[in-house]
Formats: sequence, C-alpha cells, structure tokens
Amino acid sequence: MPAQEHARSQHREGEPPEAPEPPPAPPAGAAVKEGLTDDIDSVLDEIDGVLESNAEEFVRGFVQKGGQ
Amino acid sequence: MRRIMGIETEYGISVPGDPMANPMLLSGQVVSVYAAALGIRSNQTSWDYAFEDPLHDARGWHLSRSDADASHLTDVEDPTLANVVLPNGARYYVDHAHPEYSSPEVTTPRDAVIWDRAGETVALESVRLLAERPGERPVNLYKNNTDGKGQSYGTHENYLMPRRTAFPDIVRHLIPFFVTRQVICGAGRVGLGVDSRVAGYQISQRADFFEAEVGLETTLKRPIINTRDEPHAVADLYRRLHVIIGDANQFDVASLLKLGTTSLVLGMIETGHLTQDWSMRRPVQALQTISHDPGLKATVELLDGRHVTGLDVQWMYHDAARAWLDRRGNDPVPGATEQVMTLWAEALTRLGTDVMSCARDIDWVAKLQLLESYRSRDRLDWDDHRIAAIDLQWADVRPEKGLVHRLRDRGRTRELVAPEEIRAARDTPPEDTRAWFRGRCVSRFSPAVVSASWDSVVFEVPGRSSLQRVPILEPERGTREQVGILIDESADVSTLLTGLAGPAES
Repeated sequence: MPAQEHARSQHREGEPPEAPEPPPAPPAGAAVKEGLTDDIDSVLDEIDGVLESNAEEFVRGFVQKGGQ
Repeated sequence: MRRIMGIETEYGISVPGDPMANPMLLSGQVVSVYAAALGIRSNQTSWDYAFEDPLHDARGWHLSRSDADASHLTDVEDPTLANVVLPNGARYYVDHAHPEYSSPEVTTPRDAVIWDRAGETVALESVRLLAERPGERPVNLYKNNTDGKGQSYGTHENYLMPRRTAFPDIVRHLIPFFVTRQVICGAGRVGLGVDSRVAGYQISQRADFFEAEVGLETTLKRPIINTRDEPHAVADLYRRLHVIIGDANQFDVASLLKLGTTSLVLGMIETGHLTQDWSMRRPVQALQTISHDPGLKATVELLDGRHVTGLDVQWMYHDAARAWLDRRGNDPVPGATEQVMTLWAEALTRLGTDVMSCARDIDWVAKLQLLESYRSRDRLDWDDHRIAAIDLQWADVRPEKGLVHRLRDRGRTRELVAPEEIRAARDTPPEDTRAWFRGRCVSRFSPAVVSASWDSVVFEVPGRSSLQRVPILEPERGTREQVGILIDESADVSTLLTGLAGPAES
C-alpha cells in the first residue's frame, strides 16, 4: 500500500498526512444514500422529535444490574 | 486472514417508568418470546451443558449415546433460564441480568459484522413481540455497555487460536494493542468514572471498568486479558481467546476493524512475527488515559521509556501487520484482509488529521459529533440530562427511537453490509462453520432437537429411549458443503443420524 506508507511517513514527520484514499465501493446491494452532507441542524431537529420527552426521568430510570 | 470467531452482546434492558422491574425475569421474557414465535423450546434443558466421550466416529465428529432419558427432560418453564439455539446457529439466552445474543461462529470480520447485526434484529423483534402483549409494559433493549451509574455489561469477542501459542506471548503483545484499540472501535460514553461522577466525554464505554491486566474474572476486577479457557472445541488443538474489553459497536467500519485488526494481531503473535516489546507502564491507567482524551493527544509511557499516543501504537501494529502480510502471501481470503488493512490505515490517517472526519465510520466519533452539535446549539454542559439521554438513546434497538438508526437512515453512516444480508443472517447460519449444522438442525428438526450447544446437538429420536448426541468439536466441520444436502434431504432425524454415521461421501 504505497499511498498509505506515504501517508504514514508524513504522519511520522508531524506533517498533515495526505488525504485518505476514497473509501472502497460498498458491496452490491448495500444501502447507498445520497445527500451525505445534509446539515447537522436538521439531524438535531429530528432528534428533538424522537428524544425521550422527560430526559431526566429517562436517564434516572435506566438502571442496570452488572453483567460480564 | 481467516479465523473462527464471534461476538457476544449483552443488551441493556429497561422498562420505561419501572426502574425496579426484575431484569432477570424481563430478560427471560425477551428470549422466550422470540423462541416461542419460532416454535423453539426455551427452557433450561435446551442448552446442552454436558459432554460425554463419544462412541462412534463419523466424518470428523462423533456420534454418541447419552445417558439421559427423554422422559427426564420434562419442561420446567423458568423464564430466567431461557437459553436457546436460533436457526442461524446463534445462542440467545439470559446471562446474569441481561439478554445475550452470541453470534454463530464465522470466519471473516465482515461475516462477524453481519451476524452481529442480525442479532440487533433479533433483539428488535423481541421488543416488538413483547410490546404486543395487552396490558403489559413494553420492554426496551439497548446495545451499549453501561448505565452510567456504576454498572457495566459486556460485548465479548471470541477468537480460535492454536493451543501451541504461548499465553505469555499473547499477553505481552495484546495488552498494548487492547489499550489503544479503542481509538478505532470505542463506542463513546458521556461521563468519566464508573458512576460518571466527573462530567465529560470519553472514547470507550468500558475503559473505566477495568482494574487488572490479566485474570479470570469478567464481572469484578475485570482484566484487560481474560484467561477463561473454554475452547468449545478439541482442547488439545485450540484455545478460544475470550476478549472482554470491547464496546458494543453499531457502526460497521468500527465493528469490522475491531474483529479484523485483532485477528491480524493474533496472527502475528501466532507466527512469532512480533518481536519488539511494546509493553506499557501501568496499562490499566493508560487505557483510561487514552479513553478520557477524545482529542487523541494524550500520551502513555512504554517500558522502553517512549511516550506515545494511542494512534502511535496503532500505527506500530498496523505497520507490523503490513510487513507481515507482504511477506506471507498465503492468505486464503486476501480481499477480506485488504479491506481491513485499507480501513485501518484510513481510520488512523483521518483520526490523526481531523477526528470528526471519521463520523461516518466510528461510533465514538459519530456520537461526539452529535453531542457537540447539540451542546453548541442549546448551550448545554456535559452533565445536562439531555446529553446523558442522547448517550443512552443512541443505543436503543428500535429504529424510530435509536439515534444510530436515525443517522443511518440519513445516510450518515458508512455501511459495509447490505440490509438483505442482515435479514438473511437472522434465520440462516454462516455456511463455512459448524454453525451450519447446528442452526440448520434447529430449523429443520425442531422439536426433535432437545438441546444444543457450541459443540453438540442432542436429538430425541422416535422409537429410541435414549437421546442421541452429535458432538461437533471441530469448528470447521459441519459446514454447508459437508452436511447441507444431507440435512436438506433427510426426511426425519433418524435418517439424518443414519446419514451422519454412514460411510463418508466425498
């Protein structure tokens, strides 16, 4: 992986590494959605809509017994 | 590289509005309701704890008679002991006070991700089935590892290793790797300290719960290296490395890297490739130091005096793996290995440049990005209840509530597996391990399958007073190629057993 070795050597010298290679294509049939850059504000708006309405009670009620 | 492995996930369990609900009973209901919907017995006798010496050799496994008489196996329906083998070869049962899904044995990291995510759909289906009960409160499940109040529950990995590999070598070379692995596969956590007494954010769900370097415990004084030695296979040949330090992942890249890089490091240890000693001073403290610094600048000290970051140590293992693979050249699954290596280098490069650029790939980064955005918009401190609520709801298995599901539906996660692969894996075992025999027997011959375990399946055969146990001690025997046709074409259990005992077909 010459490109990665290159990025690595730059990393060692304290320089910003090269931009990583584009991610490999997902397998056929994988869900590929467009619009990856939808802004975080609309994500927060959606979360406002699904977040447990009484956050304090929800957090206080989430009590687990220890496991492994 | 190819290796028999799997992931066990204990799910957090909660009844909204009823924090005092009995978690053992609830966990039993979670497992039982799912088993019942599939028509599988879920009482305690359905897991075969015993093992007997075999009488009969048959194509790599053995056929034996059990002393147990069928009449002794009356159903005693104690839901807290629910314990079943699913049609996909997984084990679904009550472990302590949590429902646990132990994936079937797989041979590649990507398959590990697929069958682990299949477990998420099993958990979701259990929640849905319980929600349909009239007059009963719903039960929710969470794929996380702590309640933030002092309790933790595990997501364990299992790796089959040759018995001949010296355990001290495993310990020496794995500890620095496990201390730093969290930067690529931590799930992120709000709060510092086991009971979150200090406000803040850390990389790992589990780091604060570890107190020892090596040991047998899993619930108290948890060790970085667990010494449990139940091979669930031919004990002279294999050791099953039981890894308890990992977090529950929902992001494919992080999950694949967790399994893939660990398997590669084990491969280097097994072949003696790692010769340098990267041991750390005070590794438990180092684990927490790294977890508590999402900026990834914190350094820990190696025994040789060097001060290194978590990323530095991961690069050391990465570069060693690169050199090892380049020299090796006999990888049976080179594509799967290269996927791990490519994603590993990419994650380390990105984390070293701009942590947030990994928000599509790594749980702790995605959670941090979301929380920082939320905090910034509403001017919230880390100890605000809404921040803690987001941390918990992050892991809710229900798509309409679980925040990872919300991000995934918006295309904000990098998916390495397809939804149809996950759906298929819920009901179908991996083809290339003994999980095929185990799971397909459950699908095909239940209720004649009276019990099963990792290394056996026990049948009740019409006309025979004793039960018939088929040991499956070789994890790579019992594959679809070896027994698929026999299972499919056997009209009943008697025919199956005759076929197994018969002369080997090529």
